[in-house]
Amino acid sequence: MNLRRDVFQAIADPTRRAILLLVASQTMTAGAIASNFDTARPTVSKHLQILTECELLQQKQNGREIYYYINAKNMKEVADFIEPFRQMWDDRFNKLESIMKNYKPKN
Amino acid sequence: MELKTKISANDDEQGLTITREFDLPLALLFTAHIEPEIVEQWMGTKVLKLEAKKNGSYQFETSDAKGNVVFRANGVIHEFIPNQKITRTFEMENAPFGVQLEFLEFEQLTDDTSKLTIHSIYKSVALRDQMLKLPFAQGINMAHNRLQDIVNKLK
Repeated sequence: MNLRRDVFQAIADPTRRAILLLVASQTMTAGAIASNFDTARPTVSKHLQILTECELLQQKQNGREIYYYINAKNMKEVADFIEPFRQMWDDRFNKLESIMKNYKPKN
Repeated sequence: MELKTKISANDDEQGLTITREFDLPLALLFTAHIEPEIVEQWMGTKVLKLEAKKNGSYQFETSDAKGNVVFRANGVIHEFIPNQKITRTFEMENAPFGVQLEFLEFEQLTDDTSKLTIHSIYKSVALRDQMLKLPFAQGINMAHNRLQDIVNKLK
């Protein structure tokens, strides 16, 4: 399995990037993370699950609560965060391609 | 699946290279870079000025839904060879990244396909890295949002 690729897919999603940014500043419970989003709680849970599976987040049980914190080592492996940058250009170029396929020259 | 858009950035060099192959004839790929109303659509920014010629300059501006300007960039064109090459500077205004130098090379692959290579040079490796991290740091990239807006309107 190509773990790197999975990590990239994990951070390609805007909500998951936002979650990582949140948790990067402090360890948080799932409830506290979810309260930052308009998204339904189960959706946020799903994102947390994916981030945990990709080992970008780690869980720590504290009493009844599960806390999430950043797995700094793996975050570093996200190739200097190049993937969102690549994704941004890929989106732009896909758009360019589809526009020009329907392009009608002026005059 | 092979990635269509590739980025390469060496740790010890203050540049980065973006390459992309298009299912478009070379002339259309080039046109997409010089016609303001086309650039606006795929870059997701308003084009205030775009003089596609040697010594020409350009200016981009992006506003949010409320009309606040959230992004402004400008640059000058140093070299302009139709269907081959654009060498230009790019600088984001009110941002700490400084100016970057961009070499855009357009190549024909077949009659219907073409390739774009953008080689950008930054003042330092640190500034290059900051620029690379920008889409991540913003959480949701502005251009990406604008793109989403356009796509949503198409639906």
